[in-house]
Amino acid sequence: MRRKQRLLGWLADGALILYFVFALFPVAWMVILSLKPANQLFSTYFSFTPTLDGYRTVLGDSEGIPFVRFFVNSLVVSLGAVALSLVVGLPAAYASARWRFKGSENLMFTLLSFRFAPELTVIIPLFVLYQKLGLFDTYVGMVWVLQLVTLPLIVWIMRSYFADLTPELEQAALLDGYTRKQAFFKVALPLVKPGIAAVSLLAFIFAWNNFVFPLILTSSRAQTVTVGALSFLGGDRPKYNLTAAAALVSVVPPLLLALTIQRYLVRGLSFGAVKS
Amino acid sequence: MAETTSFTETDHGAASREEGARQVRAVPRWRRGLRPYLLIVPALLLTGGILYPFGLGLYYTLFDFSASKPRPDMVGFDNYRTVFTQDAFWNSAWVTVLYAVGAAAFETVLGVAVALLLHRSSIVGRVLEKILILPLMIAPVIAAIIWKLMLQPSVGVINHLLKPFGLGGVQWTDTPTGALLSSIAVDVWVYTPFVAILALAGLRSLPTSPFEAAAVDGAGWWYTFRRLTLPMLWPYVLVAVIFRFMDSLKVFDIIYALTEGGPGDSTVVLQIRAYLEAIRFQRYSFGISYTIVLWAVVYLAAMVLVRHLGRIQNRAAEVPK
Repeated sequence: MRRKQRLLGWLADGALILYFVFALFPVAWMVILSLKPANQLFSTYFSFTPTLDGYRTVLGDSEGIPFVRFFVNSLVVSLGAVALSLVVGLPAAYASARWRFKGSENLMFTLLSFRFAPELTVIIPLFVLYQKLGLFDTYVGMVWVLQLVTLPLIVWIMRSYFADLTPELEQAALLDGYTRKQAFFKVALPLVKPGIAAVSLLAFIFAWNNFVFPLILTSSRAQTVTVGALSFLGGDRPKYNLTAAAALVSVVPPLLLALTIQRYLVRGLSFGAVKS
Repeated sequence: MAETTSFTETDHGAASREEGARQVRAVPRWRRGLRPYLLIVPALLLTGGILYPFGLGLYYTLFDFSASKPRPDMVGFDNYRTVFTQDAFWNSAWVTVLYAVGAAAFETVLGVAVALLLHRSSIVGRVLEKILILPLMIAPVIAAIIWKLMLQPSVGVINHLLKPFGLGGVQWTDTPTGALLSSIAVDVWVYTPFVAILALAGLRSLPTSPFEAAAVDGAGWWYTFRRLTLPMLWPYVLVAVIFRFMDSLKVFDIIYALTEGGPGDSTVVLQIRAYLEAIRFQRYSFGISYTIVLWAVVYLAAMVLVRHLGRIQNRAAEVPK
């Protein structure tokens, strides 16, 4: 009986390791590819002289692809989108958690429906509209459209955090002579700070990883890394080492941020539907 | 402790308990009533700014608007009639459904399996759990680029690794079936952790007493899993399934980077078709019509699934804990 148990344990661990090989091998292989010199790309697979030339080329813009600029663009539009969503979304989340009023549920569900709307339904008309308004290929245009990604996430998750907060604390503050505004800023907001930090990072990651908006609504000046990484695949002989280097550089920010919000992921990924 | 809360009800008990406290300060009644609206106005404006292009898109579908026809005529529902009578549309719809069902099914089975294995909590499991989310945080388009490099028939590493098994020259993305399966595989690679994370949160919040009772009664592993674990876990898994199914109905990034809809039109899902129509061929009205049809499908699927989820959650709430 005991031996059977131990054998089953090993089997389970073996199965887990198998899955994680599937999950991690592609990333490891990208690291290998990105470190290969151009002349050893296809001659060998696992034996080569590592070099940082691929990264130098990608980050030195020497292929005529301004990758550093794309990277900065991604930073700017993702940060801008998250900032705007926070300013607008936090009060809305608080109001919908604390008061029931006409139309609040409808508004919340409209917001949630953005999360599931096919992006192109909104992007194609925007593509036409932006050309007229001069917003095509601009930061402002990108920050605006990224609200589709960041706003529903921030409002829904913060709403669930505010709803979990006991109202007694705010009431005590009101009794002490605070105004409603002070109660929100000095009592409620500080208590959900960890939630705000986590949801901001998650929204940043989703904005950063977005591809279809910059693909259609930017061309060069405001293009982001997700579209830029595809450029290295062009040409008659795709430059594998450069593509791999570009792909790895572009996943660094989201991966680093993701490590810091592991604890909050369940609620964040499920829009507050599952709390841990 | 994890718990599922439904999307359909929130705790507004707070509102009534606050009445007393809010009387303390002399703020005129009309201003008190206005407050939630004032707080929500900015979000409303922004929402309106997103709804406007959506409405504009709906309006465009009633015209024959394209780059070659900047002064379009009103055509009523002709665009939709054309969409529904095209073989291309039905092919795309079929491919989209295959993709969504395939991806969601694989991810659910694999994700729940990974969660069950991690839940056993061995040393190996605890170490691996920390890196579980890695693929999920990689942009889907980057994931597709990574797999594209690996799946190259002649120089890709996967065929190289398969050589010892006598499978050297598999044409992964160059055959219709292979291309569809490859794109589903990328989806599974990226999103399995999503299902696993939610399922694991569910597993860790299940009550222990039924399992202890089952162990005392000498119930086998399979019986315990079928009769206890799965029914209690299902609400959590279903949340994950809903997200995954609805997201893969509108897949774009992975297909765009991996196959661009090819070979032929074997992986042209609806959003790719809409992209080709509107952006490549600049038939704006027609392209938007495709996305409106897709939007309607996603919306209907959501309604059915969320209603089902509500029923399941109610039933789960009745399980004695």
